[in-house]
Amino acid sequence: MSDNALRVLIVDDEAPARRRLRELLDDCAGAMPLSIVGEAQHGREALDLLQTAPAELVLTDIHMPDMDGIELARHLLKLSHPPVVIFTTAFHEHALEAFDVNAVDYLVKPVRVQRLLSALQKVPRLKPVGAERLSQLPATARRFLSVTERSRVVLVPIEDVVYLKAELKYITIRTREREYLLEESLTRLEHEFGARFLRVHRNCLVAREHIRGFERRVGNDGDAHWEVLLNGVAETLPVSRRQQFVVRDIGREPVNGATA
Amino acid sequence: MLPDLRNLGTILRVLFAVNGAALAVAFAREQRWSAIVDEWVALTSVVEPYLLAELAVLAMASPRLVRLPYRYGVAAIAGVTVVVGVALHQFYDRLLPGQAGSLPRQLAFALGAVAVLLYYFQLRIRALSPAITEARLQALQARIRPHFLFNSINAVLSLVRSEPQRAEAALEDMADLFRVLMRDNRELTPLSEEVLLCQQYLDLEKLRLGERLHVDWNVKSMPGDALVPPLVLQPLLENAVYHGIEPASTQGTVSINVFLSRGEVHAILKNPIPANGRRHQTGNKMALDNIRERLALHFDAEASLECRVAREGYEVHIRMPYRTAMPASAAPAGDAARAPAESRHPGAQRSRALTSPLAGLSPTGALRV
Repeated sequence: MSDNALRVLIVDDEAPARRRLRELLDDCAGAMPLSIVGEAQHGREALDLLQTAPAELVLTDIHMPDMDGIELARHLLKLSHPPVVIFTTAFHEHALEAFDVNAVDYLVKPVRVQRLLSALQKVPRLKPVGAERLSQLPATARRFLSVTERSRVVLVPIEDVVYLKAELKYITIRTREREYLLEESLTRLEHEFGARFLRVHRNCLVAREHIRGFERRVGNDGDAHWEVLLNGVAETLPVSRRQQFVVRDIGREPVNGATA
Repeated sequence: MLPDLRNLGTILRVLFAVNGAALAVAFAREQRWSAIVDEWVALTSVVEPYLLAELAVLAMASPRLVRLPYRYGVAAIAGVTVVVGVALHQFYDRLLPGQAGSLPRQLAFALGAVAVLLYYFQLRIRALSPAITEARLQALQARIRPHFLFNSINAVLSLVRSEPQRAEAALEDMADLFRVLMRDNRELTPLSEEVLLCQQYLDLEKLRLGERLHVDWNVKSMPGDALVPPLVLQPLLENAVYHGIEPASTQGTVSINVFLSRGEVHAILKNPIPANGRRHQTGNKMALDNIRERLALHFDAEASLECRVAREGYEVHIRMPYRTAMPASAAPAGDAARAPAESRHPGAQRSRALTSPLAGLSPTGALRV
């Protein structure tokens, strides 16, 4: 393979679909230099692969277990050199049609070789689609939050997150083990994950499943307020005056045996 | 067309109507509540033996009656009514002389009830037949997700170069599947045929999903000749794969258990519920409603479909009466058109015969389990 070959990663949960794409890419190799860096069965595996074998193009299915294609595209943006993503789907998705003109390309399976080739030829001129636009796709909530650490993308499973706290420029993700820094908007996250998190303070979302209970404390100023007690994390979080109603509300719903 | 006189729904409707009429008469005759109840009990104690005897005779004669033209069928039912009426009246007269009441009045009441009920069933059948067509249309729309079709075609394409024989077998499965999907599906088909179709469908899914889909068949003791609505199981398996297997990257088992118990055919389908499964259950609900409706149209109260979420996963339980090919009325004219579904390709490794509903009732042992 020549050095200027287009490096491609294939992502699909169905083995026959991956094999078919490989065959078609082989057919295209005569018309333009290509090299297939690998195949992945779902988004998480693709992300792992790309850390060691970078690609310029990711051909990904949309519906996949573990991590779907749209979520993969969002995490890929955290890479230092994000690849261009082309979605492959068995069925016309209206949401993507609207994006076709805006450079999110997609191929309908079964893919025709001519159609694939023309998409491949466009790739060097394309730029990865931004996070803003991807977040507008009607996707389900992400299963992972991704952070960049020492030029690697680290995935934090959303069920491991104990709380999210906005601090100046970043959001701190707290898991039982450690903290991560995330560059996103707390309001967006609250919107995306809906009922999973509870807002206890203007700057803090707590995962309901990790709440152990609440405790009444008196501060230095003599005012009493509620503190959230957490499972597996020693520190507690203050409930703001405005959000005090959550203590009462949560007492009415069953939350892993938590008591108010 | 005469109503199905052996159907539980028909029998319940007759019982309700006649006892309701007796209650109406009691209301008309009396004013006080207790008197109404007494009157009703008195009336039904006279009416009930006649009614039950008549229903029993009709149920026994049903296979013969349905073969008669409608007019003669009605005449036969009227005849049975008179004979049963006279016979019971004689019996009462001997048992309690002078208490049996006026025979002509009773016969007039009975024949009037027969006329009204037959007219009602006639109206009901007329009202329902567009519904059968409608249900068929719904079935046409609801079954097979386009996403399955295109993914399967894609999977076959991936085999063409490397494993042409497997590609051939897969295309044959697809042809059989779509032949059934596109034919007129108003008539009942043998259970063995539906199970075969399900196997072909799952073979195609296995092609796509590989190891992720594990199928546990338990159909050895099923009554292959039982007549069931076509596509009563396949859409449920499609749901099972779509909701239970596709969202997980690990292996999951779809199990199919079909058996005969106390004269009823039971089909129990199970699939796992993946932790991060698809939340949209609307497609699932549509398929369930569709099947429920068709079961009701074909079997009325004698069939049911229940689903529940158990610890091991999602479970659908269908219960149907055990009916085999009935004489005359059930024989569809279009058999010849749909019969030759055999795979004739000499190179095909699996040539399975799709038997025609009448010749058929293929031995269940021939199915790959």
